[in-house]
Amino acid sequence: MARREQARDTALEGYFDVGVPTPETPIGDVPMLAMDMETTGLDEQRHAIVSIGVVPFDLQRIRLAERRYWVVRPPRPLNERSITFHHITHSEIEQAPDLDDVLDELLAVMAGRIVVVHYRHIERTFLNAAVKARRGEGIHFPVIDTMSLEARLHRQSWWARLRRWLGRPPASIRLPDSRTRYGLPPYQAHHALIDALATAELLQAQIAHRYSPETPLREVWS
Amino acid sequence: MQVELLEIRQHMAQFPPFEQLSDDLLDELAGQVEVGYFQAETDIYRHGDAVEYLHYIRSGAIDLYRRNGDLYNRLSEGDIFGQFDLLRDRRVRFPARAIEDTLIYFIPLAAFQHLCEADDNFADFVEVERPRLESTVDQQRKGHEMLVTRVRKLASRAPVMVESDATVQEAAQRMGEHSASSVLVLAAPQTPDDSHAFTHEDGQLRRMVGILTDHDLRNRVLAEGRPASTTVGELIDERPITIQSDESVYEAMLRMLRNNIHHLPVLYRRRPVGVLHLSDIVRYETNSSLYLVDNIFRQPNVEGLAAMKSDVRAAFVRMVNEDDNSQMVSSSLSSIGRAFTRRLLELAEEELGPPPVPYCFMALGSMARNEQSIVTDQDNALVLDDSFDPEQHDAYFLTLAQRVSDGLAACGYSYCKGDVMATNSRWRQPLHVWQQYFRDWIDDPSPERLLHSSIFFDLDSVYGDEAFVESLQDLVAGRASQRPRFLAAMARNALNRTPPLGFFRTFVMEKDGEQNNTINLKRRGTAPLIDLIRVHALACGSRAQNSFDRLEDINKTRLLAGHSGERIRYALEFIAMVRIRHQVIDIQEEREPDNNIEPENVSDNERHNLKDAFQVLSNAQKFLKFRYPMPSQKR
Repeated sequence: MARREQARDTALEGYFDVGVPTPETPIGDVPMLAMDMETTGLDEQRHAIVSIGVVPFDLQRIRLAERRYWVVRPPRPLNERSITFHHITHSEIEQAPDLDDVLDELLAVMAGRIVVVHYRHIERTFLNAAVKARRGEGIHFPVIDTMSLEARLHRQSWWARLRRWLGRPPASIRLPDSRTRYGLPPYQAHHALIDALATAELLQAQIAHRYSPETPLREVWS
Repeated sequence: MQVELLEIRQHMAQFPPFEQLSDDLLDELAGQVEVGYFQAETDIYRHGDAVEYLHYIRSGAIDLYRRNGDLYNRLSEGDIFGQFDLLRDRRVRFPARAIEDTLIYFIPLAAFQHLCEADDNFADFVEVERPRLESTVDQQRKGHEMLVTRVRKLASRAPVMVESDATVQEAAQRMGEHSASSVLVLAAPQTPDDSHAFTHEDGQLRRMVGILTDHDLRNRVLAEGRPASTTVGELIDERPITIQSDESVYEAMLRMLRNNIHHLPVLYRRRPVGVLHLSDIVRYETNSSLYLVDNIFRQPNVEGLAAMKSDVRAAFVRMVNEDDNSQMVSSSLSSIGRAFTRRLLELAEEELGPPPVPYCFMALGSMARNEQSIVTDQDNALVLDDSFDPEQHDAYFLTLAQRVSDGLAACGYSYCKGDVMATNSRWRQPLHVWQQYFRDWIDDPSPERLLHSSIFFDLDSVYGDEAFVESLQDLVAGRASQRPRFLAAMARNALNRTPPLGFFRTFVMEKDGEQNNTINLKRRGTAPLIDLIRVHALACGSRAQNSFDRLEDINKTRLLAGHSGERIRYALEFIAMVRIRHQVIDIQEEREPDNNIEPENVSDNERHNLKDAFQVLSNAQKFLKFRYPMPSQKR
């Protein structure tokens, strides 16, 4: 409602125009976008985004042909000594565009899709801060967080509580460990796009094992 | 290369048919893959579903089912499925079900078609009319020496040449001087710019106009009463059939056979550089084993023969490493085995004196089929003249049989466990008794009775009066095809040994789901194929003993539908070759060769091909069962 009218930026306007599926939509009908970012740190106020990988998918197929991947130049200069990135050189970052230059494309692929991440506090927070800094207004969007779906099972269930009570270490809900539980293969590369693919595969597996294609969106998003 | 696709392309690059793709094609492919996850025990496809993808198993395992619910195939990491559906009607023929949590890469139809167009190996691998097994066997054949060896290697001697106005007498003299069986005939070019002309040693322009052979001297000069002054030019056919020196020996052989000639002038461009004779090819092909056979006949005693055991193994290793196919290797080994047997009989006769009645020493089983391997035991029998009188003569033949049998054992052909040897009095009988044996087996069969007799249906003479064994072969060929109950019993026994269901990196999957870590390729592969070929051969009255010859006879009839005869041939060739190759590895690593292979020693490509070959066998067995049902007992 209001958000559409409030948006003054045309790209954001386009994003909000398409809207998101209603909370009652079965997950099997929801178009999704797996997203992963590499950042210079964990604090969105002090740190910045270096790369973004996205892969559109649904419960049937992950469409690699429609993948997008951007390297972007952080507004603040990098602290050379402390930061290393997988597969990205510092000169590559220096020659990369500002996020502002790719934001329109990013918003266009996000439009109409539910974003899927592993640990929502990075992608959603950083993207909101970055958009706000560049377009004067933030972007808040619903996400499905595969890590929190794992946490429900392994941290919040009565079985998990029992384990904790017995003094057993909690199951790891990091991306590679979560994948192993569903028989998904290990991926070597640390790369925003590979991690986005890994997250998409994990969600397909989680829905297959724990939910169903009929599960309404509201049960899994946050 | 795009780093983000590394994970995908590196995995695919390990497995056929992707392993042979260029980096560019692989990159392109990896970027088009779609990914899907299937929980264990869920359906991936149902019968008749539309197929728009080639499927690659990234992790996990799936089962493919026949429509009746029988398991068709089990696939795992790196396997592909759906290619046949894509090439056919794009409908699922074999429903697929995940048996483990499975991640599948879906390769879209357009990308699949692009790969088929861009890469012939890929197309060969997936094409329905040429399953990968066939293309592999063909590739092996392509790699075979006869196909890669150039004609110039065999025709190294400079040709003897005469002018066309020379007399046949002069030509004969030149041939005599050079002990050549042919001369090439030269003439002046018809025009200065004759495209067939070359510059001769003396600087003159010449063209080769024909070839004169000793065969011509006999048939066209002497037999036709022409004078010695006849000129060569009058006898020859212009436009002789020739071959270029860089063409293959195989092509040369084909050209000789097609034109029914034994001499082939070899040209380097237009200049004659030699003459290839059919015997050059024959000698070249059987070089190593001929030498061995010759040596066997020179041995003065059993000890000398036994000492040649290591020579036989060395020749075997050489043949396999020279990329001979299984038929050539096993027929050479059979010739060697026959030579040992003959030499032992000669030595025994020298010592025991001439036989009191005529006899024929008969080979059974693999030697009779000319399909011996390096791991083999002896199966033989004696067919004696009908004037044989046990009281008077049997002592001689028993001793003879013992000499041969002990000698063969000393040479590495172990005693037959089933006692099918001429030392067994049951298998040392006059012809009329043998005829009765065969009539009994054929006319009054039961699977149980025939269980140990199937070996007698591969029979050939090795030494002595061949007519005895020929009459038995005639009896079998004439009678067996008329006896449905006999064929049904033989077919029943041919189903006793079945192939495994699947072949994985570290184990063999059995039909009942059990996993083994070794497999006997003879018992589970070649033997059942040979058994079923034998049944069809008996049904069509073939007199051939060799399995490949039998298949040829079978294929002349309508016993087998479509391409299945060809498929069986490929499967037999492939399994036999894998078995042989692994025996060579055993010998080279100084282990005793056997028929077992361990899946972890099998290359990816071999493994996939073996799976296909076992599938061919499995299908052929099903057909056999259906084709030769047991007739009802009531008349």
